[in-house]
Amino acid sequence: MDFTYDSEQNDLREAVAALLARAYGDSEVRRKVTKTDPGFDEKVWTQLAEMGLLGLPFAEEHGGMGAGPVEVAIVAEEIGRVLAPEPFIEAVVLAGGLISSVGSDAQKGELLEAIAGGSSLPTFAHAEIGARWTPTASAVTATQAGDAWTLSGVKEPVPHGARADVLVVSAALPGGGTGLFVVQGDATGLSRTGYRNHDGTRSANVRFEGTPATQLGTGGDQTDAIERAQAVARIAYSHEAVGAMDTALRTTVEYLKTRKQFGVTLNKFQALNFRAADMYVSLELARSIALWASVVQLSDGDVVTAADRARLLTSRTGRHIGKDAIQLHGGIGVTAEYKVGHYTSRLTAIDHLLGDGDFAADRLAAKVGSYPTVDPLGAPYA
Amino acid sequence: MQLQLSPELQAFREEMRTFFTTQVPQEIRDKVAARRHPTKQDFVTTQQILNAANLAVPHWPVQYGGRDWTPLQRHIWREEMQLAKVPEPLAFNTSMIGPVLAQFGNEEQKDRFLAKTANLDIWWCQGFSEPDAGSDLASLRTTAVQDGDEWVVNGQKTWTTMGQHADWIFCLARTDPTAEKKQRGISMLVFPMDTPGVTLRPIELLDGGFEVNEVFFEDVRVPSENLIGEVNKGWDQAKFLLGNERVGIARVGGIKGMLALAKELARETHYNGRPLLEDPRYASRIAEIENELVALELTALRVVANSADGKPHPASSVLKLKGSVLQQEVTELIVDIAGPLSVASFAEEGSDVPDWARVAAPEYLNYRKVSIYGGSNEVQRVIISGTILGL
Repeated sequence: MDFTYDSEQNDLREAVAALLARAYGDSEVRRKVTKTDPGFDEKVWTQLAEMGLLGLPFAEEHGGMGAGPVEVAIVAEEIGRVLAPEPFIEAVVLAGGLISSVGSDAQKGELLEAIAGGSSLPTFAHAEIGARWTPTASAVTATQAGDAWTLSGVKEPVPHGARADVLVVSAALPGGGTGLFVVQGDATGLSRTGYRNHDGTRSANVRFEGTPATQLGTGGDQTDAIERAQAVARIAYSHEAVGAMDTALRTTVEYLKTRKQFGVTLNKFQALNFRAADMYVSLELARSIALWASVVQLSDGDVVTAADRARLLTSRTGRHIGKDAIQLHGGIGVTAEYKVGHYTSRLTAIDHLLGDGDFAADRLAAKVGSYPTVDPLGAPYA
Repeated sequence: MQLQLSPELQAFREEMRTFFTTQVPQEIRDKVAARRHPTKQDFVTTQQILNAANLAVPHWPVQYGGRDWTPLQRHIWREEMQLAKVPEPLAFNTSMIGPVLAQFGNEEQKDRFLAKTANLDIWWCQGFSEPDAGSDLASLRTTAVQDGDEWVVNGQKTWTTMGQHADWIFCLARTDPTAEKKQRGISMLVFPMDTPGVTLRPIELLDGGFEVNEVFFEDVRVPSENLIGEVNKGWDQAKFLLGNERVGIARVGGIKGMLALAKELARETHYNGRPLLEDPRYASRIAEIENELVALELTALRVVANSADGKPHPASSVLKLKGSVLQQEVTELIVDIAGPLSVASFAEEGSDVPDWARVAAPEYLNYRKVSIYGGSNEVQRVIISGTILGL
C-alpha cells in the first residue's frame, strides 16, 4: 500500500499548477473568459495540448502520453483548484476515454491524435431530457440502411455540444441495447443550440434528424463501456471537486483572518472557526476517497463501485464546503464579482453531471447486504 | 502508488489475525462481540497472553518490550485486534503511563514499573480530570506539598476510568501555586490506590454500569521518589501523554465490526414483510455510514504513512472527530433496528427480548462518551482551526 506521489507526479502537478496559475490566477480572468463563447480560452487549450495533457491517458501510439489515472487525477485537481473552464474531463477523459476503449484502431489513430494535438475537441452526447443518469440511451435512435447508419432524436444537455467538432453519441439500437456512434460536427441533419451553464461552462441542445453516423468500434451494445467510462469520469470529477473544495476552504480561512466586524477579525468568533474546522474534516475525507478511487482504477479493481464511493462522499462534502464557504463569507459570497461563490456553482454542476450523491448512495445501498465489511485494500478493489 | 499491502505486510496481517483469533480465549472475545463489559480478569488474562508474545506494547521503545514496527504495522496490529474482538491492552498502562515512564522516568522508576506495567501486573488509573478541570485540564487544583522526603496530596479527581480495579494511580498535582502560568507548577506523582487517605466513589453511568469514579485525596503521603520527571514540569508529561492518547482513536476496526453486526441484525429483523436490510431507508443509511468509514480508514492510512518519528500527525484530530461520530452513529443505528425492543435494557430471565436488543440503548447512551473523552470533539475543532488552519 502506497498513497504517495512520486517525483514525476509531483513535477507534473507543479507544471500544471504553474500553467493554470498564469491563466487563471486572477479569478476575474476566468469570469471574463466564461462570459463569451466557447466559455473557455482556446489559447489555454492549445497550451494544455503542448504540455501533452490533452493526450495524457491515451496510448503513445495514438499520440498520447500513456499516463495512468493518478496523473489524470493530478490534472483534474489542479483544474478544480483555479476553476479552469477548459473541458479536460468532458473531452479527454470521457469522450476521449470512450474512443480509446471502444474505437477501432483506425478511429483511435485518427481521433485520439487530433484530440491530443488540440486540433479536435470531442464531447460525449449522452444525456437526454427525462432520463436522468443511466448508461443507456432511448431518445436518440439509430437506424441502419446497408452499411450506413443514421441517428434521430435529441440529446441535452451536451457538454460543450456547440463547440465540439466530434460527437460521440449514444443511441438506442434497432435490436435493443445502446450503441456508440461518431458524428462529425458538420454532418447534415445535425443542429446544435449552445448556451451558458450556471457555472460558466457550456452545454447544448443537439438535434439529430437522419444524421449520418459511424459506429464506434465494432458496434453492438456498449452499455458496459459507457458505465465504465462514466465511472472513470466520476473519479476524475471527484478530484476536480477536491481541488475546488480546497480553494473554497483556503479562501474562506483567509477571509476569516482578515475581515473585521465588531472591531475584530472574524476568526475571533469560535462559532465560525468551528465551521471551518468541519469543512477541513470534509475535505480530508474527500481527498482520501478520491485518491483511493484512482488507485483502484490503477490496480484494475472494481472501478464502478469505487467511483460510486468517491461520488457519494464528494457530493456530500462538496455541498457542505460549498454552502458553508458562502455562508462564512456573508453577502459577498453570493456575488459574481467575488470568486468563492463560483466554486460552489462549479461543485454543484459537477455533482449533477454524472449522478449525484443520492444516485450513488442508492447503488451502494442495493449491495450492502452482500458482504459483511469493506476492505478498501482488498477485493473487489485490489 | 499501489493499493495492495506488500506481501510482507499481508503476511504480517495474517500473522496478527491468526494470533488474535486463536490465542485469546473465545469466551472473552464472545463477551466483547456481545457488547458486554469484560471483567478485570478478562483484561489481565488477555494482556498477559499478548505480552508473552511481545504483542502488548509494540509501540514502546525496544529495550522495554517495543517492536520497532512501522506506523502501518502498528495500525494493522490495532485494527486486527479490534476486528477479532480482543479487549485491547489497558490504555492507562500501555498508551499513557508506560510511554511517559520510558520517556521521562529515571532508571530506578523504569526498572520498578515498566515490565509490570506491560504485563498488567500493575493496573494503572489516571488522575487527571477534576470537577473544575475537564477540557481545561491546566486549571487543576489538587495540591502536593513537600514535607521532608514526602509529598502530601490533597484534592479530588474525577472520571477515573476503571479506578475500582486499579493498583496504582498516576496523578497531576499543583506543586507550585505561585507559578505565573497555570501550566507551570504542576507535577506528576504515582502512588498505590491503597495508600492511606485515598478513597474512591464509583459513579453510575446512564447504562447502569460503573466505569468511572471520583477519587478523593486527604493528606495522602507519597515518597519523593514517586515523582515522575522534574518538579513543576508535569505539564510536559501531560501533553506527551494526551498526544499519545489520540493515536489509534479512529477505531476503524471496532466500527467495522459493529456495522457488520448492524447489517446482520437488520437482516434478521423484519418489518412490512421484509428484512430491514432491504428497506431502502435503512440500506441507504448503512451505505452512507459505511462509505464514510471507508473514507475514515483511508484517511487513517494516510495519516499513519505520514506520521514521522512517532509523533501524532495534526490530522489525527480528524480521525478522533469522525471516528467518534461514526461510532455513535452505528450504536444509534442498532438502537433503531431494535426499535420497540430497545427499551428492555435490564430484562433478565423470563424475557423474550434478545440480548443484543437489551444492550443496544445502554450502549448508545454510553457511547456519548466517545466524543467527550480523549479531548472533546470541540477541543479537536479548536486544534484543527488553530493548528492546521491557522485561525
